[in-house]
Amino acid sequence: MLLAVLSGFLLAIVVPLLHRVAGKYIGWLLALLPASLVAYFSTFLSQVQGGPLLLEYQWLPGLGISLNFLVDGLSLTFALLISGIGTFILIYAGSYLAGHKYLARFFVIMLAFMASMLGLVLSDNLITLFVFWELTSITSYMLIGFNHEDLEARKCALQGLFVTVAGGMALMAGLILLTIMTGSYSISAILASGDPIHQHAFYTAAVLCLLAGAFTKSAQVPFHFWLPNAMAAPTPVSAFLHSATMVKAGIYLMARLNPALGEGEFWSMMLMGFGAATMLTGAWFAFSSTGIKKVLAYSTVMALGTLTMLIGVGTELAMTAFICFLIAHSLYKGALFMLAGALDHETGTKDISRMGGLRKAMPVTATIAVFAALSLAGLPPLFGFIAKELMLESLLDAPLWSNLLVMAAVASAILIVGVAGLVAIKPFFGTPGDTPKTPHEAPFGMLIGPAVLTIIALAFGLMPFLPENALLKAAVASVYGAPVDFHLALWHGINAPLLLSAVSLIVGLLLFRAWPRIQPTLNAINYAGSRVGPEAGYFKIMEWITVVASWQTRMLQNGVLGIYMLVLVAVTFGLAGYTMLDKYGVHFTLNLADSHFYEWGIALLLVASAVFASSTHSRLGSVASMGVLGFGVALTFILFSAPDLGITQLLVETLTVILLVLVLFKLPEFVNLSTPFQRYRDLAVSVFAGITITLMMLAVLDIQYFETISTYYVENSAPLAYGRNIVNVILVDFRALDTLGEIFVLSLAALGVLSMLKLKAEDQHKP
Amino acid sequence: MKSNTMILHTAALLIMPLQLMFSVFLLFRGHDEPGGGFIGGLVAAGAFVLYAFAFGAEPARRILRVGPRDLLGAGLLLGLASTLPALLSGQPMLTAHWWELPLPGGDYLKLSTPLIFDIGVYFAVLGTIMTFVIGLMEAEE
Repeated sequence: MLLAVLSGFLLAIVVPLLHRVAGKYIGWLLALLPASLVAYFSTFLSQVQGGPLLLEYQWLPGLGISLNFLVDGLSLTFALLISGIGTFILIYAGSYLAGHKYLARFFVIMLAFMASMLGLVLSDNLITLFVFWELTSITSYMLIGFNHEDLEARKCALQGLFVTVAGGMALMAGLILLTIMTGSYSISAILASGDPIHQHAFYTAAVLCLLAGAFTKSAQVPFHFWLPNAMAAPTPVSAFLHSATMVKAGIYLMARLNPALGEGEFWSMMLMGFGAATMLTGAWFAFSSTGIKKVLAYSTVMALGTLTMLIGVGTELAMTAFICFLIAHSLYKGALFMLAGALDHETGTKDISRMGGLRKAMPVTATIAVFAALSLAGLPPLFGFIAKELMLESLLDAPLWSNLLVMAAVASAILIVGVAGLVAIKPFFGTPGDTPKTPHEAPFGMLIGPAVLTIIALAFGLMPFLPENALLKAAVASVYGAPVDFHLALWHGINAPLLLSAVSLIVGLLLFRAWPRIQPTLNAINYAGSRVGPEAGYFKIMEWITVVASWQTRMLQNGVLGIYMLVLVAVTFGLAGYTMLDKYGVHFTLNLADSHFYEWGIALLLVASAVFASSTHSRLGSVASMGVLGFGVALTFILFSAPDLGITQLLVETLTVILLVLVLFKLPEFVNLSTPFQRYRDLAVSVFAGITITLMMLAVLDIQYFETISTYYVENSAPLAYGRNIVNVILVDFRALDTLGEIFVLSLAALGVLSMLKLKAEDQHKP
Repeated sequence: MKSNTMILHTAALLIMPLQLMFSVFLLFRGHDEPGGGFIGGLVAAGAFVLYAFAFGAEPARRILRVGPRDLLGAGLLLGLASTLPALLSGQPMLTAHWWELPLPGGDYLKLSTPLIFDIGVYFAVLGTIMTFVIGLMEAEE
């Protein structure tokens, strides 16, 4: 399992090499990985019937962080969707982006994205879940902004990143609160404990934080605006993002935690309220847009709202509807997005109002699109029909707000029927449109994915017992939190949901007929609304952040390096000194009896060079005496038997002096710019820092709160780590995690310096 | 920026290979004697910095053969790679693994994940300093 999750990352590393070998078949080659993952995950199908499965791997047991994987109906459903749809997305992308100069880079990010998503849905540990969660944010940012030379794409990518990462912050707080309430980082333990979490004092705060994370990720109102903008990504990315990954992460989290958090009424109300609002908003904008990708993107918003609402309703029936709707949506949305890309690719436009009568030129595309759209509209015999009927049925006997929810659902169903018409009837039937390119059939690689996904949706619709027995019961049980029993069927007889469906079908078709006439009006309404909508709010907040940032930069980082040093030193030593006085006070014992004369000599040299460096008027003299100071410190290290520290100090000192000398003769003449007051102020701060650190060192010699750990290192370095140099053994073995962190920080610093230099160079090159 | 003194040119050409070898020596002896990846990386960086001073940034880039940023990446990847054996055998992250490869003549070559890790540190340190120095020198030009 560990290998299965990590395989995407590992394969991503070698993609550039494979690309050279496989050439234009790279998509097919890479698709073998998710395809074999589907096979691998399928082997768990029979096991999850008996209950959740916990696969344990240690990672950082010292910090309570494990790489445990929780395989149950819910996570397995997601894992199969991600790897299954991922297979076709990779094939599709190989064809869609054929010949693109960054094709290899695309697949690197795509595979990492897929692997992060798999890790997210399979993690049992809250911390690892969060790490994978953030990884999906970062990789999706790179995917949305893949056409990085396009300003619009960069802007949209950044918007998605800001919204989801801001939510990620809230999520982290929520997960920590959850851990405080339950005392465990493990999801399976939290779910199994059965503690009445909803009575805990932190419950409301935790739910708010968790939902802020889930709502931003899953594009719920009022955060929905980033998702349609994310269409700036190449179509394969949109198809993957919308169908099985990214936006489903928030849905997954809510479904995952529902058995633990769902007992509180607050949870249900939040989910139903925001879910229903999102559903209506999505349906409205889907119907009133003209770009085919935008129409589909908003219909995803609608679906995400529906899913959230169903979790909120929380009955057994609602959970069954939730799982069915989730699967149905992934299948048709993946297919439709890929077809939209094919249309765009072959006709040269995304604008639906310009397409028409394409069924003669693109018969296969047209056939698949019609079937996929049937599922979108919730019509028989597709799986989407079963899902929608279940949804309506569960809303009809919802314990809370039943009437309101049913009305909202019917209204959105009407609009979605119209949307289905827009994507399946308008482009392919009627009078031929006027398209920039002469349309012809899309290549095989771009059709296989939509075809297979639609056939699966059809098969599930005609034979619902297939998925039901294999997976659905286990999946519903894990969302509901108790064993369930149900029986899916295409035909339920004439009942209330069917009547509601019939009504929405008829009204929806009428709306679709009216679309060419009313669309401009709808568009005008949306345009007027956009000035006060949430996206306008987002831009306001971003502006505000820039204003605050530039204000505080002017205050704290005004370009005078001396001030930076002053603030840094004063704050650090002020806080440290205060803490020491508060907790310990000032007392020490000084024992100078066993000091040697040469130690006094070095100390004197250090003091003298420090005084000289700060009082001389010659820059070279100052640099040289700083060098003396550094070498003196190195000497001290060596005297007190720390040769490694001594060598390092010596080397760093040498390099620093070299760097200083390098810029020395570029600097202007030495002038005295500071006033006497400034100099005395600086002197006071440095003397204060010096006294504080001295007192602290003396205090450290006197107090010992804990047993010293160095004896452990001395004793175990050779027998356990096979090394006699304790410093090195600590660095690369005993405390290697710290070193790993340090080299990452080091690299980040290097990249930071580099980008500053690059920015400066660009500024100078501007006319 | 480059210097035109013959002494520096000749010295750089002579010292650089020696210093690089010394850095590798320091790297490998690090586990038992003073040295290690951090110190080795600094010494190696010193060698390249000396070369860059003598001949300029562009020739220094050429003699490095790979970009300084790629060195950073390689260092970090090696550091991460050294965590894989422990991960795959189900032990806590960064648990050390040791292998002894028999050599002709009855000796053994000792390899370990801490060594891989240390090499990663070496490259990360070298990459960081070269990014600084080459970046600064190119900014000057």
